[in-house]
Amino acid sequence: MKVELKIQRFDPVKDQEPHFETYAVDCEPTDRVLDALLQVKGLMDGTLTLRKSCAHGVCGSDGMRINGRNRLACKELIQSQEQPIVVEPMKGFKIVKDLVVDMEPFFEKFRAVKPYLINEDPPPAKERLQSEKQREKFEDATKCILCACCTTSCPTFWADSEFLGPAALVAAQRFIFDSRDQAKEERLDIVGEKEGAWKCRTIFNCTDACPRDIEVTKAIGEIKKEELFRKL
Amino acid sequence: MGAQIHKFEAIVVGGGGAGLYAALALSKEKVQTAVLSKLYPTRSHTGAAQGGIGAALANVEPDNPEWHMYDTVKGSDYLADQDAVEIMCNEAVTTVYELEHLGLPFNRTPEGKIDQRKFGGHTRDHGKAPVQRSCFSADRTGHMILQTLYQQCIKNEVKFFDEYHVMDLILESGICRGVVAYQISNGEVHVFHAKTVLFATGGSGRMFKITSNAHALTGDGMAVALRRKIPLEDMEFFQIHPTGIYKMGILLSEACRGEGGILRNGKGERFMERYAPTIKDLAPRDIVSRCIYFEVRDGNGVNGKDYVHLDLTHLGAEVIEKKLPDIADFVRTYMGLNPVTDLIPIQPTAHYAMGGIPSNFNSEVLGDEKGTIVKGFYAAGECACVSVHGANRLGTNSLVDILVFGRRAGLSMAKYCRANDFAPLPKDPENEVLAQIEWLRSNAGGEKTAVVREALQCTMMDNCGVFRTSETLQKAQGDIAELKKRFLKIQVSDKSQVFNTDMLEAMELNNLLDLAQVTVDAAFARTESRGAHYREDFPKRDDAQWMKHSFATLSAGKTDLKYKPVVITRFQPQERKY
Ligand SMILES: Cc1cc2nc3c(=O)[nH]c(=O)nc-3n(C[C@H](O)[C@H](O)[C@H](O)COP(=O)(O)OP(=O)(O)OC[C@H]3O[C@@H](n4cnc5c(N)ncnc54)[C@H](O)[C@@H]3O)c2cc1C
Ligand code: SF4
Ligand code: SF4
Ligand code: FES
Repeated sequence: MKVELKIQRFDPVKDQEPHFETYAVDCEPTDRVLDALLQVKGLMDGTLTLRKSCAHGVCGSDGMRINGRNRLACKELIQSQEQPIVVEPMKGFKIVKDLVVDMEPFFEKFRAVKPYLINEDPPPAKERLQSEKQREKFEDATKCILCACCTTSCPTFWADSEFLGPAALVAAQRFIFDSRDQAKEERLDIVGEKEGAWKCRTIFNCTDACPRDIEVTKAIGEIKKEELFRKL
Repeated sequence: MGAQIHKFEAIVVGGGGAGLYAALALSKEKVQTAVLSKLYPTRSHTGAAQGGIGAALANVEPDNPEWHMYDTVKGSDYLADQDAVEIMCNEAVTTVYELEHLGLPFNRTPEGKIDQRKFGGHTRDHGKAPVQRSCFSADRTGHMILQTLYQQCIKNEVKFFDEYHVMDLILESGICRGVVAYQISNGEVHVFHAKTVLFATGGSGRMFKITSNAHALTGDGMAVALRRKIPLEDMEFFQIHPTGIYKMGILLSEACRGEGGILRNGKGERFMERYAPTIKDLAPRDIVSRCIYFEVRDGNGVNGKDYVHLDLTHLGAEVIEKKLPDIADFVRTYMGLNPVTDLIPIQPTAHYAMGGIPSNFNSEVLGDEKGTIVKGFYAAGECACVSVHGANRLGTNSLVDILVFGRRAGLSMAKYCRANDFAPLPKDPENEVLAQIEWLRSNAGGEKTAVVREALQCTMMDNCGVFRTSETLQKAQGDIAELKKRFLKIQVSDKSQVFNTDMLEAMELNNLLDLAQVTVDAAFARTESRGAHYREDFPKRDDAQWMKHSFATLSAGKTDLKYKPVVITRFQPQERKY
């Protein structure tokens, strides 16, 4: 089928401002939006720039705005898009070129919540025991692929770039609720600060954007509750 | 334009499971280390691994590393080096425990231990029945490994150079001295002066048209080594996994069959019963992929086409949603089918490079078939060939391999760093890279990377895939020679310094072309069938002539092949029956 793509372009060397360009490609209805973009790049205009790798929604490379919503281009099929398909970079980070944004500030926030298991006891000879029930408390958050679709759809983040943002909060939830972790208090201190969980105004954009179907807002809610309870 | 120079004792190229585990070991040994990766580490394809990591923990039923060893050797069609396999299967157990200690959220048994599931080719007591050996975290085990290791690297303050594309290895007089890399964000060239370099750059599945591999898996590390006169071992063995989504190649893990899923032909028959009466659908991948095509050739494909069905419908919604949630999501997203009620069209998909940079079990790179060690140069993970997978890898054994030998690489590098000083850099080590970049930027001739790449992928799939004959391989040889000529006329349209992926893709294609050449030439030379290498004109395994590893080098555009004997310790070669 014929598909029209309207892609936001920006070359930092030549352009003052981003602008849109339109391309017509021939696709199967079951092709991914990523396939259509790569067709443009491969056959029509090699300068079109985007990140990509796994092509099936597990690596988090190709978060972008597709018809106004943050999505992974490799997880959206052509047949379920309205035409023209409008493709823009994620909002809230500096555009490096075309659909590529600067991810450094995003990873910086991720690192800020101490996103790693902290347990200073000498490990046992075999595994530490954990029940399925204990694991289920943080399982949802472990699915995160750090694509930034949530953070870059969050109005609070757009208004205040200091806000930790939903992705970092999801990472914090993952460890705060892990029965094996010993640094809950430290993490609650971090997410309890003014740019942390309390900034979230429960708008649910993040949950809608998450390609891994993580209940992002719920995870943030759980952190808030935990933080509140320890003060009581 | 010159290059920026950096100095680290250890450079790890690649931020997948192998690279990160090595970096973690190095950081614990207090070696100054930097990880260079063309992708953000969390984007590495280790994150795509679904089914699990094999280790004989015996958490749900009796098992031991010796059985794991037997299965690995038999699965390899007796081409694996048995001393290396022994190390791998023994250390698999401690490695899985260590992952748990680092925070990996494994699924648990009712007692709270790590849960285990069945997987292809893994059996109880030397082939008696399938065994539950694969330790898993739903169907995203690789994702959890990658995230956990990255998290721990952050904790240990490992230094990362993200989105740096390594283009060359600095090697002189048999001593490795560093690498040259291209910074993707701004086009600058960097020289990393080092005492030790590890290549952990992953696979090369993008050589084939239908593949489970990421766009980034273009075999860069192998190709760079090859151009620096390092041989590549056993390149003729490339695994084609039986269950890729029809036409797309996206993997549906063997875990589907481990949990009880079965394959059905167009008549609805469970055809694997006929080919592997004992373990049926859980036969090793080389065998299942061939059987699918035998069925297709016999007219038993679905609707007379070139695919069969994977049937999960009898597993029930509970098992599918809890143990195979991502796979269920792929089937829904990409095929619009519901795995709980619908049959899933599948087709074999190019999956895993058994071959690669030859290394020993300390992950030191071998410079020739005699075993001469290249000082300071290490390889681990899918880009390396230890060889623990021989002619066919068993499922769950790559994750074991990348971690066991990733860590071993880290430890041997640390030892080397303590004992040795920096070898001096040669003069202007960046010059060749600068020249290549300049050539790509200015070359004209109208050929497009995407077009040449697709032609390569098609010829490899058609002529060097599940079935091979001297005719198809000669066809591939001719095609590759032609495509290499076309590459000389490659035209990159993006001339910019900033995030120039157009140029990167051309470099990657260049790598794929060299690797395809040695793959096809090694396959042409091997006049027998073994594991994933199936020659219809030589359908039998020939131990008298071919119980040996190939070592391919390229000189002046021509492949040169040498051979090295297989290490056999416990298990004498036998006919492979399942
Ligand atoms: C879909 C799928 C499912 C799988 N499931 C399983 C499973 O269940 N069990 C199992 O055991 N195995 C499985 N495998 C195989 C296994 O996942 C891989 O073999 C393994 O993860 C490879 O790890 P690695 O560290 O060697 O490489 P990768 O994880 O691929 O990492 C390669 C790294 O090298 C970097 N790199 C590459 N080239 C360059 C360059 N030029 N410069 C700088 N950096 C570079 C990349 O950025 C990346 O960080 C699966 C494979 C696939 C494709
Ligand atoms: S729920 Fe919170 S984090 Fe999510 S989009 Fe709204 S404000 Fe942002
Ligand atoms: S929570 Fe979801 S949307 Fe946010 S970074 Fe993780 S995977 Fe992406
Ligand atoms: S390319 Fe990996 S998530 Fe889309």
